[in-house]
Amino acid sequence: MTPKKTSPSTTPLIGTEQIALLERLSNAVAVSGAEHEVRKIVLAEIKDLADDIKVDALGNVLATKHARQEPALRVMLAAHMDEVGFMLVDGEDGLYEFATVGGIDVRQLPGKTVLVGKDHLPGVIGAKPIHHTTPDERRNAISLDNLRIDVGNENGKKVHPGDRATFATRFQQLGPSLVGKALDDRLGVVTVIELLRHAPAHIELLAAFTVQEEVGLRGARVAGYALDPQLAFALDSTPAGDLPTWDGEESPRYNTRLDGGPAIYVADQGTLSDPRLIRYLIQTAETFGIPYQIRQPGGGGTDAGAIHKQRAGIPVVSVSVPGRYAHTAALVARLDDWQHTLALMYHALEGLTPAILDQER
Amino acid sequence: MKPLIKKLVEAVGPSGYEGAVRELVKKEVAKLADDVRVDALGNLIVRKGKQGSGGLRIMLSAHMDEIGIIATHIDENGFVRFTTIGDVGPRTLIGGRVQFLNGAYGVIAGEWLTGTDQVHSFEKMYIDVGAAGKADCPVKIGDLAIFDRPMLDLGSRLVAKSMDDRIAVAVLIETLRKLKDTPHEVYFVFSTQEEVGTRGATTAAYGIDPDLGIAVDVTGTGDTPKGMRMAVKLGAGPAVKVRDGGMLSDPRVVRWMADTAEAAKIPYQLEILEAGSTDARAIQLTRAGVPVGCLSIPCRYIHSPSEMVDYNDVQHAVSLLTILISNPIHLQ
Repeated sequence: MTPKKTSPSTTPLIGTEQIALLERLSNAVAVSGAEHEVRKIVLAEIKDLADDIKVDALGNVLATKHARQEPALRVMLAAHMDEVGFMLVDGEDGLYEFATVGGIDVRQLPGKTVLVGKDHLPGVIGAKPIHHTTPDERRNAISLDNLRIDVGNENGKKVHPGDRATFATRFQQLGPSLVGKALDDRLGVVTVIELLRHAPAHIELLAAFTVQEEVGLRGARVAGYALDPQLAFALDSTPAGDLPTWDGEESPRYNTRLDGGPAIYVADQGTLSDPRLIRYLIQTAETFGIPYQIRQPGGGGTDAGAIHKQRAGIPVVSVSVPGRYAHTAALVARLDDWQHTLALMYHALEGLTPAILDQER
Repeated sequence: MKPLIKKLVEAVGPSGYEGAVRELVKKEVAKLADDVRVDALGNLIVRKGKQGSGGLRIMLSAHMDEIGIIATHIDENGFVRFTTIGDVGPRTLIGGRVQFLNGAYGVIAGEWLTGTDQVHSFEKMYIDVGAAGKADCPVKIGDLAIFDRPMLDLGSRLVAKSMDDRIAVAVLIETLRKLKDTPHEVYFVFSTQEEVGTRGATTAAYGIDPDLGIAVDVTGTGDTPKGMRMAVKLGAGPAVKVRDGGMLSDPRVVRWMADTAEAAKIPYQLEILEAGSTDARAIQLTRAGVPVGCLSIPCRYIHSPSEMVDYNDVQHAVSLLTILISNPIHLQ
């Protein structure tokens, strides 16, 4: 299928409003299984953008924007609301043992400030100061068993085992870059909101703001089953490992590169993208002069991994905004990559028709 | 049956890109089937018969896909780095040749290792496609390839890159050809994406909603020098699977398959495989659950570019499967 030549001038833009929404969403706390803060913001934002909005049994927000013409193609867009973080396990005197929720490298935790519980109480992941450590100790990573979240004596009485915590990083725009603790996947959340706002008339748009992606694509599984689309796109954030090597040698493993544009998936741990959708996205990008990159095939995954196996099968592809330092206290993404991701998805939806499903794979 | 097998095993069809195999199978089954369709994940679903009174809805599954590799990086000098599609072992790769879906060929080579007893990890391997540099490399990131190897006919033994599972695709086609009459509604499913986690069979089974499922796939053997411990051997008949790493066959299905083979005087073996699994696992866990079994073709050197099966086992598998689905079934 050849992408429809809609004018590039209709491309929705990421402006101050979208960045302000991203800021609110990135600063909100929504560790997997406790996504209510983000859900509340999403529900308020899409109130007038969708025809039918519901919160399902697992907490996914499922919003439908009906097609206004036939033949309509049922297209699902998924972006996950949850973020990686911590859960308090046990403690006293304001010092809490904790578990990680989602994929977090424990080596990077000591010294980080965190927000704990529904009241966002400030805490610190403490570490022994250099004055009191031996050279031997400093050579080894501190294990999770030996780390505590310190919220202080007073606040310690207000938090409980099971409470979530996350990095305290506040969102910032630094020149061309966006910095935040939860841009994975609040970038996707805002993108899907914008695509709802600009939904083409011939598409039955099924938006899923999913829960529990970071602990195994659990929300997307039931969302895909419930929405039962003809095809689906997962919009996510993926690591950019494009840093210089110490010896100047070419690095063969970087996943994606910052400033390379939206990353289109061919294969990851959980999904082989539908070849028709890969081709179509590439054609769309080339038609509209939107930069793009193919994410290096390999591990990792998105909601697409759960969605494509629902019912009698759903063709899927994922598109991610590349970001450095994913799953740490500060992810760095580029405004331009995000803008190009929105543009690619907007034009892709504009030109998409049921004929794509009749193509050879 | 050998010309059919040769066509199938030499076709190119890594997981997710089974189109060439699907077209071959479509041609073979066109005149034999009551209905042919392709589902959302590319499974080819071929129906024969209509469920009458006492008949069952049966799903047979043989996967069309094969293991392969996918390009992850093209370096400045035009060498291709890659990762695997499906469970590929690093030991069988160096010196092998690959064929990309776009028609390009290449040789798998490895970085210089200091010790002679070391094995290259995938990170230390690359594919040389004969390019002089990045600019004239015919391969892009995301391009898939399979292990290029023609079939070898050793008389009663056949060797090919993708016996797993094209030999079962051939078995299903031949069974359909031989099937005269059946009280059942039989779905011959030529499934996709088995090697990456039985994904095609998962959605095919949901769509078909069968009363009974049988996967046909290859299984390992214990009949090679200092090989793995396993009772199955080449040439002793197809194997009725009792269990594998992901599935316990329904004991009623195992009894029915074994009793049918005994009664028809078809040689068979019972199979206990400690690792791995098949489409039967996906079928079993569909919707509210499905009784399943698996008919296995014993195969040496699985997931190497030279997988070996016994031609007599293959023909016996066709005979047994045909009898199994030709008659009324009362699981007990």
